[in-house]
Amino acid sequence: MSNSILTDNIKTIEFDALIVGGGGSGMRASLELAKSGLKTAVVSKVFPTRSHTVSAQGGITCAIASADPDDDWRWHMYDTVKGADFIGDQDAIEYLCSEGPKAVFELEHMGLPFSRFENGRIYQRPFGGQSKDFGKGGQAARTCAAADRTGHALLHTLYQNNVKEGTNFLNEWFAVDIVKNSKEEVTGVIAFSIESGEVAYLKAQATVMATGGAGRIYASTTNALINTGDGLAMALRAGFPAQDMEMWQFHPTGIYGAGSLVTEGCRGEGGYLINKDGERFMERYAPNVKDLAGRDVVARSMVLEILEGRGCGENADHIFLKLDHLGADVLNSKLPGICELSRTFAHVDPIYEPIPVVPTCHYMMGGTPTNVNGQAFRRTNGNDSIISGLFAAGEAACVSVHGANRLGGNSLLDLVVFGRATGMHIQEELKSGGGVESSSKGDIDASLERLNKLNESTSGYETASVKRELQECMQNYFGVFRRGDFMEKGLNELAEIRHKVDNLHLKDKSSAFNTSRVEAIELQNLFEVAEATAISAFERNESRGAHARDDFPDRDDQNWLCHSFYDPINKKVSKREVNFAPTKVDAFPPIVRTY
Amino acid sequence: MLTNQLEVSMYRYNPEQDEFPYMKKYKIEKPARDIMVLDLLHLLKEEDESISYRRSCREGVCGSDGMNINGKNGLACITPISSVMKKNKIELRPLPGLPVIRDLVVDMTEFYAQYEKIKPFLQNNTTAPEQERLQSPEDRDKLDGLYECILCACCSTSCPSFWWNPDKFVGPAALLQAYRFIADSRDLETVERLDALSDPFSVYRCHGIMNCVSVCPKGLNPNKAIGEIKSMLLKSKKNIITSDGTN
Repeated sequence: MSNSILTDNIKTIEFDALIVGGGGSGMRASLELAKSGLKTAVVSKVFPTRSHTVSAQGGITCAIASADPDDDWRWHMYDTVKGADFIGDQDAIEYLCSEGPKAVFELEHMGLPFSRFENGRIYQRPFGGQSKDFGKGGQAARTCAAADRTGHALLHTLYQNNVKEGTNFLNEWFAVDIVKNSKEEVTGVIAFSIESGEVAYLKAQATVMATGGAGRIYASTTNALINTGDGLAMALRAGFPAQDMEMWQFHPTGIYGAGSLVTEGCRGEGGYLINKDGERFMERYAPNVKDLAGRDVVARSMVLEILEGRGCGENADHIFLKLDHLGADVLNSKLPGICELSRTFAHVDPIYEPIPVVPTCHYMMGGTPTNVNGQAFRRTNGNDSIISGLFAAGEAACVSVHGANRLGGNSLLDLVVFGRATGMHIQEELKSGGGVESSSKGDIDASLERLNKLNESTSGYETASVKRELQECMQNYFGVFRRGDFMEKGLNELAEIRHKVDNLHLKDKSSAFNTSRVEAIELQNLFEVAEATAISAFERNESRGAHARDDFPDRDDQNWLCHSFYDPINKKVSKREVNFAPTKVDAFPPIVRTY
Repeated sequence: MLTNQLEVSMYRYNPEQDEFPYMKKYKIEKPARDIMVLDLLHLLKEEDESISYRRSCREGVCGSDGMNINGKNGLACITPISSVMKKNKIELRPLPGLPVIRDLVVDMTEFYAQYEKIKPFLQNNTTAPEQERLQSPEDRDKLDGLYECILCACCSTSCPSFWWNPDKFVGPAALLQAYRFIADSRDLETVERLDALSDPFSVYRCHGIMNCVSVCPKGLNPNKAIGEIKSMLLKSKKNIITSDGTN
């Protein structure tokens, strides 16, 4: 690959709809499109069942009224709005919660092996932040589960049904950059086959970024190694905005040292956190719901316990999750995957001993801003304006149902509800004559630049060490607690890292299954996401949801009851109003958020 | 060799430059704490970026990093080096029986083709209810030990019958999934599913060698599922005399 790749010597493969990412949202969208007769392809850098959705454990939260026949999607909506600390868009949350049951029953009909109650209905367990009757009726049990392997069951079910419908997969193809046309519309992506190294222009009338999260911007994360924010980074590089990027969820229970997730379902089933004195400390921080408060609240409480010297272990740097009192029967039937993970990565059998855990980066609430149809948008003169040809769904998107803090079990619901909605909308749009104009050779060449630069590099920085530097920087300055002066230091470090990321040296120039090439591009993607995160976090001068500022400890509705809107071209953050206009219920006004 | 050194012998093959595959030796300081084989690969790749392997979840649920570790198939990410190291040596090879693309990466096309062949999706043509189809907890329990498969291919690529007939013998992984749908009270195509497996090769090439059971990183038992399929086929009185006279 010593000569530059140009449009003239690569293949163009044309589709109606192209979905980048083969996880839950991508495959739910593709399923919708495969049935429509439109020429659709899923391009995925891994075989689809290796996508990170597979790691979701506890379940999919939805008011299907199984555990409680009186359950109501409006209660779920209330919990989600409150969990989001009031900057989730209420039209989108309304759509999520009211359409949810349909989407979950469809999954069951497709074959998802949900656990069951005695009456044969889908098993539901309590999760954090769930209530009945708009917070007045006590704890709800609303999370539909397949043991503690719900993500695995969901992802495999979706893949299986895509096989059934004959979906076209480009597996182990890596999307590098978005191709635009002169009207700033999106006309597809540049991608290469990881197996052969062949580069192609995948041209499409509709391009969906379903590329998941980017938890690997932090040193300690529950996320898979592949979670490098590829779609969001491609959009940022193309000059398209990102929303609420300062909002990163730290999950209370990542296995200490390894980072693997321990589901909130453990606490839903009756497990609880203890400090070194054996005290169930969440009783102090959230007297009503204790260990089932919002994830941001629990994670901060744990960090405070550790900072105040009540952490467990030799270095007093973690917390224990106690499960042994639940008994072997419950653990083996309801939490078998956790028992397995805990034995493997913590060398602890939860039937007898508590699991050492620590708050760990888990979920990106921000992303490419979209409406409920999955259409990405930018801001023009203070108004949302649709970016033709570009869509996003799932964790890569910010339709904003999670606002400043996502509730447990809401991510899987987000995937299927908005994957489905995006698929339905694209179908409608393309069948009614919608689409984009073609790109010129020059446009396509421009999108090949980054790949060419890397392929032609003869000196520069090493991917592995620069990645470590980036992850440490984000962990140190943009973690659970944040402070202006620290973040300023972090931003300065990022400026230096930017130079290195732009000048990586790819020593191995081979074509066949060259994972070093993939990892170098992934690092560049991580950087774009990290930078957007850092700049947005520095701007939001308040504490809300997952964004906790030592120097601005209170929520400031006067100034910050809004989305942060990051423009990658001038690297500036502006404010965008939150939607308070659901159509079937009255909006939920902001109240003090306690648990 | 020094006792604080670890010797890793790795199968290397790059189709663009190597006529034949070869084993390459790497010496590395033994890590202070026990690490997984995948972590070891990360360390080696930092030294030699040309090493290629698949990985994703790094916690044993995605099935990307199946490989042959000191002679036995397993997932690199949940195999502690202490459990496989012999005299401070570890040998890493790609999964056996499939074409090698590069280094530890195999071409899994045939493996996935067998999976697709068993129609790995629920078939039920009755009108779906507005809510979920009901299933008793007892019927749901029948799926335990089946649905958890992660398609890592450790089992099928440890099976001599699959090595011999990867195109005709469905193999333990896909047969486990075939039984997962046969066992599902919601699936109505049991007869057709069994019929599709009744030829001399699809299921009958399993001779109970049990390598699949011994290597499955999720502790599943494909052999048992295959046994269930065989006895259901017998009960359905299918003709099991094969064309070459064996059975």
